[in-house]
Amino acid sequence: MDTLLVILVDGIVYSSWLFLVAAGLTLVYGVMKILNMAHGSMYAIGAYSAASFVGWYFSADYVPWASYFFFIGCALAGGVIAGLLVERGVLRLMYGSDEVVMILVTYGVLLILEDVTKLIWGVDAYFAYQPYGLLGRTKVMGITFANYDLYLIGVSVTVGALMWYGLNRTRNGKMLRAVIHDREISMAMGINVTRTFIITFVLGSALGALAGGLTAPALSVVPGIGIEIIILAFAVVVIGGLGSVEGAAVGAILVGISRAIAVHTFPEIELFVIYGVMALVLSVRPRGLFVTATARKI
Amino acid sequence: MEYFRRTNSFFAAAFVLLLAVGLMAPNWFSYLTTISLAKALVVIGLVILLRAGLVSFGQGLYYCLGGYSVGIAGHYLQWTDGFLVLLIAMVVSGIVAAILGLLLCRYREIFFAMLTMAFSMILYGILVKSVGLGSTDGFNIHSVSFFGWEPGTDKLGLIVYFLACLAALIVAVLMHRYFHSPVGFAGEAIRENEIRVEYLGVSPNRIIFSKYILAAVLAGAGGGLTALASGHVDPEMAYWTTSGEFVFVALLSGTAHVAAVFIAAFLFEIIRTYAFDLAPYNWQMILGATLLLIIFFLPKGLWSIFTIRRAGGGVK
Amino acid sequence: MSVILKTKNLSKSFGAVTAAANINVEIHEREIVGVIGANGAGKTTFINMVTGYLKPSAGEIDFRNRNILGLSPRHITKIGISRSFQVPQLFSELTALENIVIAHRLMKANRLEVQAPLKTQSAVDAARGSLAEFGIADYAEAQVTALPQGTRKLLDIAMAMAGSPDLLLLDEPTSGVAMEEKFPLMDTVMEAVKRSRAACLFVEHDMEIVARYTDRVLAFYDGHIIADAPTEEALSNKEVREYVIGTELHREKEGKEERTYVESP
Repeated sequence: MDTLLVILVDGIVYSSWLFLVAAGLTLVYGVMKILNMAHGSMYAIGAYSAASFVGWYFSADYVPWASYFFFIGCALAGGVIAGLLVERGVLRLMYGSDEVVMILVTYGVLLILEDVTKLIWGVDAYFAYQPYGLLGRTKVMGITFANYDLYLIGVSVTVGALMWYGLNRTRNGKMLRAVIHDREISMAMGINVTRTFIITFVLGSALGALAGGLTAPALSVVPGIGIEIIILAFAVVVIGGLGSVEGAAVGAILVGISRAIAVHTFPEIELFVIYGVMALVLSVRPRGLFVTATARKI
Repeated sequence: MEYFRRTNSFFAAAFVLLLAVGLMAPNWFSYLTTISLAKALVVIGLVILLRAGLVSFGQGLYYCLGGYSVGIAGHYLQWTDGFLVLLIAMVVSGIVAAILGLLLCRYREIFFAMLTMAFSMILYGILVKSVGLGSTDGFNIHSVSFFGWEPGTDKLGLIVYFLACLAALIVAVLMHRYFHSPVGFAGEAIRENEIRVEYLGVSPNRIIFSKYILAAVLAGAGGGLTALASGHVDPEMAYWTTSGEFVFVALLSGTAHVAAVFIAAFLFEIIRTYAFDLAPYNWQMILGATLLLIIFFLPKGLWSIFTIRRAGGGVK
Repeated sequence: MSVILKTKNLSKSFGAVTAAANINVEIHEREIVGVIGANGAGKTTFINMVTGYLKPSAGEIDFRNRNILGLSPRHITKIGISRSFQVPQLFSELTALENIVIAHRLMKANRLEVQAPLKTQSAVDAARGSLAEFGIADYAEAQVTALPQGTRKLLDIAMAMAGSPDLLLLDEPTSGVAMEEKFPLMDTVMEAVKRSRAACLFVEHDMEIVARYTDRVLAFYDGHIIADAPTEEALSNKEVREYVIGTELHREKEGKEERTYVESP
């Protein structure tokens, strides 16, 4: 019973984190048909921005509680700047190339950003444990868990809800969904694609950076943390179906819970579980749960 | 056969030249050449896939499998014969590819790219956690023999160099013929229009399946040769950066000619050796920037500089 | 002459939309059949079902007394049914000659070779012969992207005929072709078809072409076949005149022949 509860809590925490990591990737793909390999770099940039801010903030002895808004803000700012630079500096020149070329382009961007983060932040580890430790732990029904994890769940749910609201209930969001649904028609209908693309990419990057920023207090920020993220995020996103936000949520929950079960029963197979779930889903639904493979019209 | 005579004579001449260079050149040069020949084998596999319109970000998987097969055979099973272990490396890679290929041959474009990458990272993850295989440090391969003869450490480098030259010659001849064969062109046909291929009575998935296995076998051979030459294997061989470098070399060489791959691999290895020493923290940035420039200005690779556009060829 | 293709109550619906309902068709050996009907009447759906690209919702398809329902397009191609496409499906970055050589080699081989060259002298000669038959030999070395539309159409049909099929299905062979080129194009195609002794079914909007080249006409309206009769009889059928030819004439008068110009990605 206890184990079950622990698995559930762990699973939900991990799912929340996965959703944050994957949401930006799927949004960018949905609208722009670009699988952004550099999404992991955005995560890293967010983590570094947050970590260096936390380091400075806590050494300066300000009110600790305020930091929770600021370090997220810092991560977001890092993502916005990086996203803007990448979109305006590189991607803009390549629009219209096919998806494989775009993946190579974003791979090039990934390589560049990996070194840029090293140039800015060096290669030594950053620690930003204060926000994590500050919240303390709670003991419920015999299990202790970090309150920071609750905070993570809260942010993830908020982000999910905002995305849902934004896409379904606002004018701009409906336009985005129109672009996701049929890019050519939307263009013909006069939707400003350049603007849509900038906003989407910046938003996607900011989401990636937010995920990194939120993770920073829970681990040491070192070079290379971004790369596993992109593969993990892809696995999550592809389960639901590339380009679908709801799909990313479902994928995150599936992977998150499965992993928690594995970790608490057979920890050796943790890695396999994540990709195993993906392989299983793909062998039944080749394009993911929320996307139906359609024959090309001839 | 008449059809391939010119290219084959060119390959033969290059082979003789390489052998001669090997006898005269300093050790570091022949080592560097061995590694670039080995990596060129991997990249030729990647080029086979690229010609069919597929980008694999996970050839490191088979490069690593090949290396570890050689290592495990020599280190744990005491099978040391150079030819035998290379064969094992190729067979192991082929078998793994045949299993993963069942899933992968249904995918194209970004799916194929990302799934191949995920698979290679799984191997990386496993190896890093395998204490018995030396975790992140990997392990060394001590003895290599050839038909019972064990060359001393002073000679081993040269012998492996010759082996690499021989492997390169065989692969170059066979793969050049492959590129021009019906199956080779079927790859291009799949890249251009799968529906038409299907309506010509051929299964695109099956062709891709066979190409994926072939590419894996070549990568396994390349990894095996690298292991023999360096006497060491580690999980880094399966890491995304390794696979990424193969993609880089493939884009650099383009898909027009087998020979271009060897040239590109050699150039890459030399630049890498120096750039890595001079600017270890900027190396990836240089790679990335060059990659963008290639995609932007030379989308068909270096070889396109040398070839004149075919008469009547349209603008793409 | 014996029946080679026979469909029984063939139906297809996409959700609530019925694209084809109870299609009963027989095609005989060496017969030339025209298919007419407005866009969306189910003509292409019919071809897609017969060639295995779309799975029918109900019904049966027999080819030479063999049930071919559920076979894949490549399987159906192998047993003797070929098709061309409304938007030519070609290998764009290769030359016209390479397109044909590939078509010949893929169609005819049971196992594809991995070491022998594709472009053997005999294969290239055969391909040039095929291009000459369709009057496009001058374009042999040109890349597909540089070919005029009519030439692409012919190349597409030449590739469909590479395997010497028993039944050839042509989806709007003259769509996208300039008015004055339509008859020469159809002359070329029909000569090739007659020489190959294949049966041929083609979709066409131009009634003059239908009248000139076909023995029999199938008229589609809203997923149903409303007429299946010798050409003259079908074209003078009251329903056909009202629902098919009327709209075609109307369309011609307005001068906006609608073409779906969706270039394959």
